[in-house]
Amino acid sequence: MTGPTFLGPALGLSAVLFSLGVAGVLLRRNAIVLFMCIELMLNAVNLTFVALAQLHGASGYIMVLFVMTVAAAEAAVGLAIILAVFRQRQSVDLQNINLLRG
Amino acid sequence: MSEAVFYIFAVAAVAGATLCILQRNPVASAMWLMSTMFSLAAIYVLLGAELIGILQILVYVGAIMVVFLFVIMLLNLTHATSDMRGPGTVGATVVIISLLLIELLALWRYTPRRLAAELAQAPVLADPATVFAAGELSRQEAAARGVVGALAAPLFQIYLVPFEITSILLLAAIVGAVVLAKRKI
Repeated sequence: MTGPTFLGPALGLSAVLFSLGVAGVLLRRNAIVLFMCIELMLNAVNLTFVALAQLHGASGYIMVLFVMTVAAAEAAVGLAIILAVFRQRQSVDLQNINLLRG
Repeated sequence: MSEAVFYIFAVAAVAGATLCILQRNPVASAMWLMSTMFSLAAIYVLLGAELIGILQILVYVGAIMVVFLFVIMLLNLTHATSDMRGPGTVGATVVIISLLLIELLALWRYTPRRLAAELAQAPVLADPATVFAAGELSRQEAAARGVVGALAAPLFQIYLVPFEITSILLLAAIVGAVVLAKRKI
């Protein structure tokens, strides 16, 4: 491998993907799609880590491994919560889940 | 050549993400997100992170997204009605996203030379090779020990404690998922 490549374009792409993830979280009411948008944001952050790891060494790659672990744990617990809520309400639409709204 | 490949996969990733947030059917959403993750894996390989690219496919596409699909099909959500929020929220989202993009797209201009100049605060003298010696060092390490060895050595030496903490996190997540998914707690 030669020196660092695509630093700016990779950071820009990760910015676009992160913004799309935020847009999805704000626009959708389906709890599962919302979770997928959070995964998209985590992926965008991973891309930033990988792009900058070309300059700063292997620590960036190790941080990506940790982000992947946290994403897996988050998906497992989050989807279990969605399952539990679905049993109560028969819906994953966030408009029907307003217990904490008072 | 690799420039063209990068931009092809970048466009594929952005298109997949856009379709993911616009699809009404959650299964279609998940499939488009998977295509985005595949494109990102290709981009990781182009950026010199072959192992991360493979792990992206194995962990994200192979494990996490499959769990999502399991839950979608378990809940039988495949013919859902539209769940977009109202026009007020859409307008607010467009404003927020535009502001965020303006901020973040400033990153596009960065090259290693420019970043080195900003970090060293001496625009004339800064040479990326000296400011970012760690990156060059880890590339030599990868050439000498292989991609996996160059990643495993710091993971099990410098980052040993965080590594052990993630195993506790995973254990907590397993227990939490089992408890939450039980019918009667």
